[in-house]
Formats: sequence, structure tokens, C-alpha cells
Amino acid sequence: MDDNNKPGPLRSRPTMRELVYFCVISLVLLVSLAIAPAKNYFSEWRHYQKSYLAIAGQRQSGTLVRSFQGGLHQTWIAKLGVVDRCESCHVNLSGALVGASEQPFRKHPPMPHKLDEFGCVICHRGQGPATSVKEAHYTTEAWEQPLLPARFLESGCGQCHLGPLQGAPRLNEGRSLLSSMGCVHCHTVAQPDGNVLKPDDNPPPLTHIAEKTSREWIYAWIKNPQLYAGSATMPNFQLNDQDAADISAFLIAQSSASPASGTETKTVATAAPSANASIEAATLYGASFCSSCHAIQNEAGNLVGGNLGPELTRVGSKVNPDWLRRWLDNPSSYHPGTRMPHYRMDQKQVALLSGFLLAKKDNDYLANVHLAPASADSIARGKKLVAETGCAACHQINGVNPPQNFAPDLTLVGSRALAQVVFAPGMKHNLPDYIAAKIHDPRSFGPGLKMPKFALGDSQVDELTTALLAQTDRAAGFPKELIISGGRTTNYHPGGKAGRLMEDLRCLSCHAINGNGGDMAPDLTWEGSAVQHTWLEDFLKNPNTLRPALIRRMPKFNLTPDEIKTVTDYITSAYQSPALDLQPLDPHVLNADAAGRGKQLFYSKYGCQSCHIADYKNDKGYVGPALTSVGNRLTPEWTYNWLKEPNAFRPATLMPNFSLKDDEARDLTAFLMTLKAKQGGGK
Amino acid sequence: MKLLRIAMFVLAVLLGGCKPSGPQTLKPAAYGTQIVEVSGGKQWAQVGSALPQPVVLQVNSADGNPVTGALVVFHGNGLEFNPPQTLTDSSGQVTVSVQLGFNPGDFQVIAETPKSGGGNATVNLREIALGYEQAVGKAVNDKYCIRCHDPESTPERVSNHDNLSPAPHQFTDGATLNRISDADLTNMIAHGGPALGKSPQMPAYAATLKPAEIKAVLSYIRSIADPPYQAPGVKYGK
Repeated sequence: MDDNNKPGPLRSRPTMRELVYFCVISLVLLVSLAIAPAKNYFSEWRHYQKSYLAIAGQRQSGTLVRSFQGGLHQTWIAKLGVVDRCESCHVNLSGALVGASEQPFRKHPPMPHKLDEFGCVICHRGQGPATSVKEAHYTTEAWEQPLLPARFLESGCGQCHLGPLQGAPRLNEGRSLLSSMGCVHCHTVAQPDGNVLKPDDNPPPLTHIAEKTSREWIYAWIKNPQLYAGSATMPNFQLNDQDAADISAFLIAQSSASPASGTETKTVATAAPSANASIEAATLYGASFCSSCHAIQNEAGNLVGGNLGPELTRVGSKVNPDWLRRWLDNPSSYHPGTRMPHYRMDQKQVALLSGFLLAKKDNDYLANVHLAPASADSIARGKKLVAETGCAACHQINGVNPPQNFAPDLTLVGSRALAQVVFAPGMKHNLPDYIAAKIHDPRSFGPGLKMPKFALGDSQVDELTTALLAQTDRAAGFPKELIISGGRTTNYHPGGKAGRLMEDLRCLSCHAINGNGGDMAPDLTWEGSAVQHTWLEDFLKNPNTLRPALIRRMPKFNLTPDEIKTVTDYITSAYQSPALDLQPLDPHVLNADAAGRGKQLFYSKYGCQSCHIADYKNDKGYVGPALTSVGNRLTPEWTYNWLKEPNAFRPATLMPNFSLKDDEARDLTAFLMTLKAKQGGGK
Repeated sequence: MKLLRIAMFVLAVLLGGCKPSGPQTLKPAAYGTQIVEVSGGKQWAQVGSALPQPVVLQVNSADGNPVTGALVVFHGNGLEFNPPQTLTDSSGQVTVSVQLGFNPGDFQVIAETPKSGGGNATVNLREIALGYEQAVGKAVNDKYCIRCHDPESTPERVSNHDNLSPAPHQFTDGATLNRISDADLTNMIAHGGPALGKSPQMPAYAATLKPAEIKAVLSYIRSIADPPYQAPGVKYGK
């Protein structure tokens, strides 16, 4: 049996060593199989759900515990591209468990949208699909979208709400800064509905600059605009002395003669400057309401006045006296696009006011500026610098075309991939910090960068960042019905002879008409329906104020009777509201009985005297316009319709809608129409 | 498990040992006995943003004179301070800018200064963060309510408060407004003063404001009330 000596077939007992190998491998296999379920079991979200149930159990909220559904909670909104699992840990967003004050169980504060319609990441950013705290909230290697800091949260709103939005003041302010600081001269910012933000800072043309100021002033100004006027919006280009000298040389050299330069201004030989003259001049400055648009720093260092025009604190160190007189005489012959009205001052007034302004002088301002005479080289170099610096993006300059695509398009800056972003050394790698740093100090990213440094406070930087973070590619893909466009300004301009006159007076700098114009003064779209012809004539002749407490008021324009008639006729016939025809008022009902009842309503039921003055002796309401002579001012039809629904005529009005009954509105109208005191107060 | 605890303990000891090279603690040059608010308490701003005015505090000695060079350390749950600690200046004061946290409601600024004999003198300041709803309320307030309910005037807006009799309540007047229920306040805003037998000088806003706006104003009034408003109902600990 040779066969017996042969080595046994496969059937043999495994050695000890083989057994150990086998055990270890099985164990490893078993363990590795268990990793997945264990990871799931020990996951953070499960831990949080357990603690939630524990708290709910302590509070003995049986219903909460019973109704709780464990597991990953996912919100999926296909049309918005949202996949959120935030509610796996944030299980109490609805606030069902009262008083849980620690995250992740805090109740979500009230908000305008439903969670299951918009999800979380649309507003908060972060990684919706992530299931660990770190990956959901912070930047990791695989995820680059951290949670948005609270101060930029309103950028979420701005993705769909493209106009001003109540409850998002920082977003609104940021957007208006993009226009008012002139950012959008160089950067394109287009919104998802196609609207492109427009600048509204109205930089002056430099084509005739040599008439206006000196090369020394230009030099000092471009070196540091805020040194001349703290409120200046022009940014600091951090130019060195040589560059500033060359640019100023070129700007003077390119200047051509303005159409105004031909007009001779007589330095009227007013009586020797007396104490009276300076008082008279200050009075004229006040009575012309220059401070509605221009600010002057007072002795305490506070700016007093508006910001529609440049600050005038040191204007005497800036302007050429001849230029100033011509400017006051007619601003638009120097700057056709100016917002300053043509005041129609006489020579004496021009002399008084220019004297007053020229005295606003800082003798130290240009004391240390000594420039070498401009050479051809310096001028040529200045021209090159002006082109490189992009001055012509904002200012009109002879011989330099406005640059195209001068700065990066910011339309989608709010979702720029971090991989494409070059961070400055030492800064945090996230988009909000990058944008904020870029706005705060652009040159910190490298000395050769073109973007200048704007004079912005910390909160303004945050507001601008908020507005820019709203420019996401996510929003560009949203369904069109979600996008809520802002009210766009029209390009309405009054036409004809009256229109030209109204342009000359720059009515639209302060008043809006048909969706175009400023917001400093009342909207005039329906002014023709509102006011009586005679009153308007008197008002334009001498605009005494309707609102005694207001500081910004309508100036007096020294119009001729003909001009007044032209404007009045135009306003009363062109600016009529069709809504008045829908609710006509029979003038016969405005009788003494009705007026008596109206007086009762005015004083007792509706307390109108808390905001209006009907009688100077007793009433003290300073919120709305004085009504002492409203019977001469407003038409009865307008008064009746206005009382019934003020916000239908002027959406921005402060006057509440009292939802008056027809007869109440009629009685009040009757009462108001009896108020015909002489204008200017008194009885 | 035990091993882990030991490891953590060792780590903690190591980290603790490292501390002096970590965030530097300023050395106080002097010590005061009390710290008081100069300005900056009870301000409000939107969640996450900086308070409009810095917080200014003063450290005094036992005899009430300001102390220069005393250390003041700030902390507060959810708040960021710049700087987080500082020494008092020559007039014994410190100025710190405060950034609010993520959640609407009250925040506590706690400032401590070490006393010479050991222990700390502290002062607590309340600051208020406005969330979305309160921000809407503030916007409505700034347009409509403020004209009469705020006695402060600005160049753009002259207050009508002092012209009215009875004088309107300021919204910070918690002592009065906290006693009025949500329903009553809503009613008064919507239907005017006479709805609750008050002055007709308070107009009805039901046809001007949306219900959500009225709710937002109420929320704003409640959040800035001083003393703070306590909603009725069961209170839980954390």
C-alpha cells in the first residue's frame, strides 16, 4: 500500500497558525463590515437627536417624544438646487420644544419664508448635504462654502429681492453705496432680471478744469481727497508726488475753454465790505437753501447740510473767483449734467454769495504745495497715468476715452470659487472676508493693483460686502417668478418750453416725477390734481414753507412772471391723476354743516392736530404740512380722494390710511376747504 | 475609555502648560476697586453687526478716582470684543467695540477688572440684537412711529413728541409698555388710541400697515423695552 505513504489529500487538520490567521482575518472583516453601521450609529446628528429626546423627556413632553421622527431629515427643492440636511441636527427650528436656548436646538427666529419652500443654505450658505458639524458649517478640504457670518445674512435676501427691501437695511445701504460711491463706474454689476446698477454720484467733467481751480489744488486733491473734504466720495489712489504732479499738469493742459468763459462777470462794486454784507451773505446762503445739498463743517467739527453737492468747508481754497461767479450765475454752462439749479441770481446776489463762499478758506491747505512748472514730458506722462489710472471711467477728460471693462465684472462675485481667489497672506480663506478686505484696502493685495482706497467705515464695508455677496450664480438660475425686480427709475423728462425751464431749474434733482428724480422733496407726479393754480403761482413766486420744522426746503428761484405762468400751467395741466375721476366730489356737499362735522372729526375722532396745524394758536402738529391755508392750496377733489387713500397717490407718504367712510372724507374736506388763513402764519 | 481619559488629561496638562505662550494676558499696572459704565449700554443693532457706539467703561479706586493702567477683560456669550482686554487710559477709561452674535435678543457684556486684594470687580451691560422681524419693525418705526414716539430730533426729522399731550410713550419705556398685553398693543396700533380708550392722537394703522408689519413693530417694541420684557408663559432653564 504505497498509497498510504503519500501525503494526505486536502483533508487535513489546519495548523494552529492557520487558525489564528483565519480568526484575525474574519475579525477584521467583521469589524470592517461594522464600521459603516457604527459610523452611522455614532454620527453627530444621531447624538443630537438623542439629546433632543432627552431634553424633551425631562420636560415630560410625551407628545414631542412620541411625534419625533428620527433619522436624517432632508429638504430637497429641485427648482432652487437645494439639498439641505440641516434639520437632522437642528430639530427644533419650529420651536416645538419651548425654551431650548442652546444650539442646535434653538428655535429659528421669525422670518418671512417657509423653511420647506426655501431650505437653509439659500440664506445661510454652508454645505446643505453634509452630515457632520464641521463639514456643514466650516471650510474643509472637500467643501469650500462655510456658513455665512450673521452680518452678511441679508445677502441671501438680495438674490431674489433686487430692489430696496424692508427688513434688510444693510443690503439696501450696500446697494445704494455701489451707486453713490461710484463703484459701478468701473465694475459691472448686473442683476438676474437684467438690470445693471447705475452710478449716481455725478462726477464733474474735467474738460474745463483750468477755469475752475489751480494745478496746486488738483495736486493736493488727487493725493488725498479726504484731506480737502472729509465727506468726499472720490477714492484715494495713493499716488506718489511725481505722479500727482504729472497728472495735475496734464489735467490743466487738456482743459479747453467752457461756453461760460465768454460771459463777463462784473465784480459788482458793492459797498465796501461791511459787517452787514457778511450777515446779508450768510442770510442769502441760508435763504437759497444751499445747505439742502451742500454741507459745511461747523466749529464743532460736525458737517451741517446735505450731500447731493460737494462739501463747501474749504471751497475758497479750491475755486477760482471768476469761475465761482460764473458758476453761481448759471452752473449748467460749465457742467451741463450738474444737479445744481440755475438760481437766476442778480449780480449783487452773485457777488454776495461768491464772497461768502470764497471766505470759506483754509490758508494752510495749499501752503506746502510747490510744483515745478509743467513740462511737455510731464504732461505726456500725466496723460499716460490718467489712462492707466482710469480717471476717465468717472470723469470726462479731453483726449482720453472712457476705458471699457476697466475692472472685473462683479455680477457673479458672490459665488466666486475660492480656488480662483488670490488671498492676501494671513487672511482667512473665505469669500466674505476676501470681499471685505478687498473693499477695505485693495492695495493690501499687492501694491500694483489699480483699485483705489475708498473712504469707507467698517459698517459700510460690511454693507457693500452684503450687497456683493447677493450676486450669486445660484440666483441667476432661479425660476423667474421668484425674482422680484426693484422699482427702476424711468428716463422721464418734462418736454416743451416748460420742460426746458424745469430742466434749467433742475426740479428733478429733488422732486420725482413719473418715476424719475430725487427723493428730497415731494413727488410731483399728480401735483396738477392736488394744488390750485393760484396757490402754485404764489408758491413759485415765494416758496414759503408748508412744513415749518423742515430744514431742507424749496429755494426761491427769482422767476419772471412769465416763467412762473409757464411752469404753473404745465404742472396743473400735465400732472393730473386719472384716479380723481373715479371718485368725483360734488362741490355742493361742501357746506357749513359738513364743515362743522368735519371739524369734530378732525379734532376729536381722528386727532389730525397731532401731526397737522389747522390753527396756529392751538395746534402743535409738526409732522405733516401746515393746513392753515389748505383751502387755498389744495383742490377739494384731491383732498377728498387723498384723505380716503393717501398711499395710493404717494406710496412713500407718512400719512396713514384711516379708511374713512365717504361721508367722513367729505365732511373733513368741507372743513379743510374753510381753512384759508393768509400764508406765512397768523390768522 | 480609561486610556482615552488619561490621554485627554495628559493633553489638557500639556495645553495648560503651553498657555503662557498662547494669548498674552496683559499685566495690570494698577488696580481699582470698582468698574462703572460711562456709555454704550442698552444699544441695539442687527444680529451679527457691531454696536453703533463703542462701550466705554471706567475703573475707579476706593475713593472714587479713576485708575490708570487697570486691566479690564471683556467677555460675553456670543459677543466679540475688540480689543478683548485692555488697560485703562489716562482718564481711567477703556473703550471697546462690540460685535453682536447670531441670535436676536439680549446679550450681556461682562467687564472684569482685578482688584488688588484678589477677586474681580465686574459690571454687566445689556445690549440688544435685532433679528429679521425686529429689523422690519424698526424700519416701520423709523418711518412712522418715531416722529412722535421718540423725543430725539435730527436735521432730517424733527420730533413731534414734545408737542403732544398726553405725551406718547417711548418704545423703550418698558415700565409702562411691558404691562400691556400683545393683543392690546396690536389693537392700539391697528385701530388707534381710542380702541383702548386712549388718546385719538394715536392714529389707526390697520389700513396702512400689513398685519405682519404690525407684528414686527410689536416685536421691536418688546425687544428694546427697558426693563426687558418677559413674555408670559412657562419658563425653562437651559
